[in-house]
Amino acid sequence: MWDYLKLVLLGLIALVAAIAANYGRDLAYQVHAVIVMLVSGGLFLWTLRHTEEPKPKPDPQLNYMDGVVRAGVVATALWGVTGFLVGVWIAFQLAFPALNFEWLQGYGNFGRLRPLHTSAVIFAFGGNALIATSFYVVQRTSAARLWGGNLAWFVFWGYQLFIVLAATGYLLGATQSKEYAEPEWYVDLWLTLVWVAYLAVFLGTIIKRKEPHIYVANWFYLSFIVTIAMLHIVNNLSIPVSIFGSKSVQVFAGVQDAMTQWWYGHNAVGFFLTAGFLGMMYYFVPKQAERPVFSYKLSIIHFWALIFLYIWAGPHHLHYTALPDWASTLGMVFSIILWMPSWGGMINGLMTLSGAWDKLRTDPIIRMMVISIGFYGMSTFEGPMMSIRAVNSLSHYTDWTIGHVHSGALGWNGMITFGALYFLTPKLWNRERLYSLSLVNWHFWLATIGIILYAASMWVTGIMEGLMWREVDANGFLVNSFADTVAAKFPMYVVRATGGLLYLTGALIMCYNLWMTVRRSPAKAEASAMAPAE
Amino acid sequence: MDYHILREIADSWVLLLMFVFFLGIVLWAFRPGSRKVYRDTAEIPFRHEDKPASDNRLAKGAK
Repeated sequence: MWDYLKLVLLGLIALVAAIAANYGRDLAYQVHAVIVMLVSGGLFLWTLRHTEEPKPKPDPQLNYMDGVVRAGVVATALWGVTGFLVGVWIAFQLAFPALNFEWLQGYGNFGRLRPLHTSAVIFAFGGNALIATSFYVVQRTSAARLWGGNLAWFVFWGYQLFIVLAATGYLLGATQSKEYAEPEWYVDLWLTLVWVAYLAVFLGTIIKRKEPHIYVANWFYLSFIVTIAMLHIVNNLSIPVSIFGSKSVQVFAGVQDAMTQWWYGHNAVGFFLTAGFLGMMYYFVPKQAERPVFSYKLSIIHFWALIFLYIWAGPHHLHYTALPDWASTLGMVFSIILWMPSWGGMINGLMTLSGAWDKLRTDPIIRMMVISIGFYGMSTFEGPMMSIRAVNSLSHYTDWTIGHVHSGALGWNGMITFGALYFLTPKLWNRERLYSLSLVNWHFWLATIGIILYAASMWVTGIMEGLMWREVDANGFLVNSFADTVAAKFPMYVVRATGGLLYLTGALIMCYNLWMTVRRSPAKAEASAMAPAE
Repeated sequence: MDYHILREIADSWVLLLMFVFFLGIVLWAFRPGSRKVYRDTAEIPFRHEDKPASDNRLAKGAK
């Protein structure tokens, strides 16, 4: 019965998409309609060929659902490399503008590729990492199989479709020009649907858990899912100009729109890139260190303090704008108070290793996780400092901001994700160990040196740029033109791109290592399943 | 509902309510006897690595 319903539904979607492709008013919309038509048409044929097949005996809840996590690990690694590659490319475009090729104007120039890079690393790499690890962690810590059967697969593939629609949309010029929320209205609607399914799978698993308590990692993951849903819906309130076009008009206007955008933007950092990844930290660091989290009490206070404070910090993105002073002061004050929970969490993560510090010497995966927590502490120190109005007047609009974002994203999010991937791959493919630990070491050092080059060059160029912009002569005239700062930044831009290249190389080495782990590493012996880990 | 109503709420009792709620959580985390519960909760990641808990046994007995 369900198969027939699916056929009707898929057929209708393919038909509507074909009509939409025909009437489409702009290229991006037409391409998207064709993509949707092909996907639903393909699924229609696939379902048709498998209708009324005898189903394999329903899985009796005896095992975890790991297929979707495996797919998530592969997607994370692939999207990660793609996102880093685009990042390196646009870094070189900034250093050498000739790389904005004439024949690619309008599609492959910096302006089109930048949102592709940010969305690819945040939503494709980070998002897939979060979905995959959350599905892994919630099963293990609830001692229950994922709720909702194939709904988890819908979440995975639905999210990949969202990424493809978003990415192609940017290249073809469909954007609502909101930082980290560029996709247009129909892509937003699709993501909402996928996200509700994600929430249902996650919450359903927690509800049917066999453990009496909800482990702290799940609290963080859940706050990430719920808050992103709220942020996504409010920030994307818009009215399409035509049902057959990608253009839409925001409901909010002026400073309200700006405030909503940065309430969204900062909490995307707070709940997507922080809370979600803290969920990873609270599971994978104890697992890799083979000891429970340093203080569970501290983790509870960390959680509640973080979610109570983060939501107010957004206005610090709008110092010296039309935003009322009280609002930007509020944002600044809450950003500074955030120091406490951030550092509390950092201490909790680092001290989990107390008594096992020797592992830092022998286990490159632990080293990766520890440096990631270190970068978490560093960037959550730097961020509040930059939110202070006086500092912001120097740092805002300069490359310092870019450096800050990257020490957080490459250092904290990237490294903890690499650690989790190295942890997960042998487990998920039932391998005894990773293919090569020395390759992990190479990855670690390439990535670390890459981040240092990146952050250091951006500090130098950012502060230099800020000082040059505000320099006035004895008569009060500005000393430097904008083009002077651009020329002065060239060497730092080359260093930055080099740092990115090192980071990308490390990620490629990781992909090779993970691939060889699946292909070559010896399978785990069956008997050892019951024996304690060595 | 407009901005002023929201501002009124945010400036007065909801602010207080949220603050008290937060303090309550901190006190709750330090309640007597919490140490034992949390020690057990912190061990959750080390229990069901390979298979879900079977239906009629609670986690406590599993290990």
